[in-house]
Amino acid sequence: METVTAAKKKKKEKPVPFDYSNYIRKGKLPHIWCPGCGHGIVLKCMLRAIAETGRPNDDFALVSGIGCSSRTPGYVNFNTLHTLHGRALAFATGLKMAKPNLKVIVTTGDGDALAIGGNHFIHTCRRNLDIVIMVYNNFIYGMTSGQFSPTTLPGMIATTSRYGNIDPPFDVCKMAEAAGATFVARGTAYHYGELEKILHEAIMHKGTAVIDIIDSCPTYYGRFNKFKSPADMMEKIEKEGTVSVKQASGLPPEKLEGKLLRGVLCKKERLEYTEGYAKLIEKAGGSKK
Amino acid sequence: MAEKKKKFMQGNEACSEGALYAGCRFYAGYPITPSTEVAEILSVRLPKIGGVFMQMEDEIASICAIIGASLGGTKSLTATSGPGFSLMQEGLGFACIAEIPCVIVNVMRSGPSTGFPTGPSQSDVMQAKWGTHGDHPSVVLTPATVQEIFYETVRAFNLAETYRTPVIVLYDEIIGHMREAITLPEPGEVEVIERKKPTCKPEEYKPYAQNNGSIAPLAAYGEGYKFHVTGLYHAEDGFPTNNTKLIGEANERIVNKINKNVDKICVNEEFYTDDAEIGVVAYGVSSKSAKFAVKEMRKKGVKAGLLRPKTIWPFPDKAVNKLAKQVKAILVPEMNLGQVYYEVERASRGQCEVKGIFKVDTEAIHPNQIIEEIKKFA
Repeated sequence: METVTAAKKKKKEKPVPFDYSNYIRKGKLPHIWCPGCGHGIVLKCMLRAIAETGRPNDDFALVSGIGCSSRTPGYVNFNTLHTLHGRALAFATGLKMAKPNLKVIVTTGDGDALAIGGNHFIHTCRRNLDIVIMVYNNFIYGMTSGQFSPTTLPGMIATTSRYGNIDPPFDVCKMAEAAGATFVARGTAYHYGELEKILHEAIMHKGTAVIDIIDSCPTYYGRFNKFKSPADMMEKIEKEGTVSVKQASGLPPEKLEGKLLRGVLCKKERLEYTEGYAKLIEKAGGSKK
Repeated sequence: MAEKKKKFMQGNEACSEGALYAGCRFYAGYPITPSTEVAEILSVRLPKIGGVFMQMEDEIASICAIIGASLGGTKSLTATSGPGFSLMQEGLGFACIAEIPCVIVNVMRSGPSTGFPTGPSQSDVMQAKWGTHGDHPSVVLTPATVQEIFYETVRAFNLAETYRTPVIVLYDEIIGHMREAITLPEPGEVEVIERKKPTCKPEEYKPYAQNNGSIAPLAAYGEGYKFHVTGLYHAEDGFPTNNTKLIGEANERIVNKINKNVDKICVNEEFYTDDAEIGVVAYGVSSKSAKFAVKEMRKKGVKAGLLRPKTIWPFPDKAVNKLAKQVKAILVPEMNLGQVYYEVERASRGQCEVKGIFKVDTEAIHPNQIIEEIKKFA
């Protein structure tokens, strides 16, 4: 039997580097994201989660709206569609219905998904259409240089909330679950290993999967709100500001106050929309072309 | 060929039939008067042939969904009216810049805002051209009869596929709800243009390639090409560009691909225009009254003639200019406060008097109103 150290040594000797070249489009980097932004970590987790499925790149479509996170599709080697602000899910819905075999992943931000795209968000969840919705949640409109968003916490400073934000935030996960999403989870860029696993589970899920990804924008949210550095911001918001579902089960309520739960928060079976539509076609006497 | 059985149907029904004939297999829409019948009919018919009908959460989602479905390789349609058409302008612009074929039907009703929802109007003609921001191509068809709604809907799909652009079918509540006898052609009888798909190797595919002004074929997602589409200005490979030269060229190209083919896209009906001394330019429901008026005047020996554009955008400048050369005056009856009137005036270049006959009380323009105006010039 191998000892723990021997196993570790063996691992060190034979590292299995992940080959990103199959997934990143040649010549499309560097990306537009600022130094210290967590989006690159999220991208990495997503690509590894996709790779783990073993499915070819052409089986995936990445659809996005407008904003920093919505630039993701341009960098990656899949069927990619960069659409209008807030409308990614509506485009994705049409595409998924026309090509049900495509695994559609939407990369979106807190403003894109929940403010201008809020209506499309809840209705996609309601239909339980097989789409993975990755909400890169950094509590701010980054691309337009730092206005408060539907997830900005009360009291926080943004270019449009100089006296401190008074708008109460949405809880992305609660909203997704209430709207009918059948897979709801939360991860962070800080807990990247955990995020990769969650994303893989979301991709394997049949139905609407929403992942609230807590991420940080040091350039605006961090600077306005006096975080010392990108690392400090990640530690305060993503590490100290969250607690895993497992840890939470053993903690008293007062220890959980103000903390967001991480992990898979809801997973259930319900008829997926394209499957439901196939049944409808059968009922109407039509055969799928 | 044996004489075909005539059917009695509504304009909106003929539109649905035309879409199915053209190969439309995806519809997304939101209920709105007076276009709802298109959705209702297609919700029954599409699943029967394996197609998809989606009732979306709003008109913004509807147009975005048809663009998404079109990128999946499916011919797609949405139908709406007034306020819904306003909401679709954002998506329309995306289809223009990303060059995604799709068809949008706008059954015009009284406006602005909620206006008089069941009342007909022709007041969205300029919106159909300029509604979305930025310089963009506009192809807008204006059928005037139930039979023509069928043919023009088929033509709309053909133009959308040929030029890789959104095409609008614009008619009013009256012909949308009017019932007339129509003959449905057999499959193959009317030309249906299918999308040109790439044949090159995926690594060589450029979705916006410029080969001497020809329009690049459009691959479908999930068929091996893994290409990128964006609403940002993009280079030939589809990826965003900040190159000002490329941006300028791309904007001119999407507009010029239509403008350079005006003669192929513009279709007009000429009715007694050969020797006309008084012209009428009318489209949609108002052209029905205009035709009646011209016939009546001819009976009385007055040389009146009607030019009826079936394509209102791009505007038939040449035909209007030719008519202006030979007549004393051109009358423009339309159910708005003057939209196509100004286009006729522009295209006439001062060669004759141009007079508008405008009406916005949601009642159709009566032939007598046009007759009275013709008499003034007789």
